[in-house]
Amino acid sequence: MKVLQAPFTEEMMRSLRVGDEVAINGVVFTGRDAVHKYLHEGGALPEGVNLRDGIIYHCGPVVMQEPDGGWKVTAAGPTTSIREEPYQGQIIRDFGVRGVIGKGGMGERTLDACGKHGCVYLHAIGGAAQVLAECVKRVRNVYLKDEFGSPEAIWELEVENFPAVVTMGSHGGSLHRDVLRTSQEALASRV
Amino acid sequence: MNVLLDSLVELIRRTSAEIPDDVQRAIMTSLENEKKGTIAESALKIIERNIELAKRKSQPICQDTGSILFYVDCPVCFDQTTSTETCREAVKLATKKGYLRQNSVDSITGENDGTNLGPGSPTIHFHQHRSDNLEVRLMLKGGGCENVGAQYSLPAEKLKANRDLDGCRKVILDAVLQAQGKGCGPGILGVCIGGDRAVGYEFSKLQFLRFLDDRNTDPRLDALEQDILKTANELGIGPMGFGGKTTLLGVKIGVANRLPASFFVSVSYMCWAFRRQGVELDPAMAIARWLY
Repeated sequence: MKVLQAPFTEEMMRSLRVGDEVAINGVVFTGRDAVHKYLHEGGALPEGVNLRDGIIYHCGPVVMQEPDGGWKVTAAGPTTSIREEPYQGQIIRDFGVRGVIGKGGMGERTLDACGKHGCVYLHAIGGAAQVLAECVKRVRNVYLKDEFGSPEAIWELEVENFPAVVTMGSHGGSLHRDVLRTSQEALASRV
Repeated sequence: MNVLLDSLVELIRRTSAEIPDDVQRAIMTSLENEKKGTIAESALKIIERNIELAKRKSQPICQDTGSILFYVDCPVCFDQTTSTETCREAVKLATKKGYLRQNSVDSITGENDGTNLGPGSPTIHFHQHRSDNLEVRLMLKGGGCENVGAQYSLPAEKLKANRDLDGCRKVILDAVLQAQGKGCGPGILGVCIGGDRAVGYEFSKLQFLRFLDDRNTDPRLDALEQDILKTANELGIGPMGFGGKTTLLGVKIGVANRLPASFFVSVSYMCWAFRRQGVELDPAMAIARWLY
C-alpha cells in the first residue's frame, strides 16, 4: 500500500504503476457530470477551488447539514467516470490536475492526457459508500450547490487513508484496456 | 400516526442500508473463491466491510440510492390512490432522513429539488390478485448499473445472433462484455426474452424480485441461466473490472410473448449492491414479516 500524501506532485504520480494500491491523505474536490460540462463550456472555477496539483473525485455524496450549519458526509462512493471522457483530458491539461478518482475507468483521450501531464486515474471501490465516507474527516466547503444540486456540487473534502487502485498510469498503461482485450478473447472462443 | 407511512419508511431504510441475505451469501462465496493477494480480493474485502458498516450505521450501502421502484401485490378493491400518496410521502421523509440521496433531476432544466418526487419518481407498480395478502417490494437500482443495461433486436448480424436461444445467449454475453466493470460487478443480470421494448425492460427488472439462489422452473431457461453464469465468470472481468473469477453472481431470465416482427432481448444489469427488500403488511398496515 503506497501512501499519497498531499501535496500531490508530478513526481509522485509518475512513480505509480498500474495495479498499485494507494491510500490518499489530503484534500479532494468532487466533480461530476454538471461540473465537467460547465468547465468544458468555459465556466469559471469558483474561487477557493484549487485544482492545480489537486485531485478530482467523481462522486455525488450524500451530505447532511449539521445544526451548526456545517456538513457531514454520510455516503461517498464513486460514480462511473466514463461519462466525463469527453471533458477529462482538457480539464487535466487546463487546471493541472494530478489525480482523478472514479470507477469503471476512462478512455484513450484521458490516458493520453495522464501521460502528457503527469496524472493518474485512481479507481475507488464502487458502492463502498460507507467505507469511503469514514475516510472523509471534514467537509471544508461546497460550491455550486444552489446551481447544480447536492450530488452535482463541488464538495471540498479532507480525506485520510482513502483507498484506491491505480488502474490508468502516466506511462500509457491501463488495466481497463488490458481486461477488455483478454475478456474479448475469452468470449470469442465461447460463442 | 400513520402506520402505513411508518412501515414504508422502514422498508426504504432497510432496503437502502442492508444487503438482503441471499446477496450477502453470494458475495461472501465470491470472496472465498477469488485469488488471494489480488486487487479483486481487496475490492471484495472492502465491499464486505462496507456492508457491515452500512447496516451498523443505518446509512446507505451505496450513495447512489438509485431509481425507487415499488412493487405492490394487493387484493381486489385495495385503495391504490391513498397508498400511492403515502409511498410518495415516505420517499420524501426517507430522503430528509438521509436514507435516500437527493436523486431526482428535471430532465429539461437539470434542477434537483431534493425531494425525490417528480414524474416517474417513485415508480409504483400495482398488481392485483385474488388473495387477501398485501405485499410491498422495493428495489433501489443505481444509475451506474442502469447505464450498462442493453436491449438487443434479433437477428443481430454483427454478433451472428439468430432468433433462437443461442442467439439470446450471444447477445446476453455481449452485454456482459460491454459492461466490463462499469456496472459495479460482480453483477446480476435480469433478462426478458420477448415483449415490446417497454415490456421487455419492465419484465427484465421483475426478474430481480426472484431469490438469487433460486432455479428457473422452465428447464430450457434454467439451462441458459446456468450456462451464461458459468461462461460470464470465465471472461475474467472480475469485481469492478479489475480482472478476477467472479464477474456475475446470478442470471435470471424470463419470457414474454412477442410480435412476429420483433424479437427483443432486454438485459438489465444489477450491481453487487443489490438493494431489494419486501414486506408483508397486516390488515392494520404494520409489517407482519420481511420477504427476503
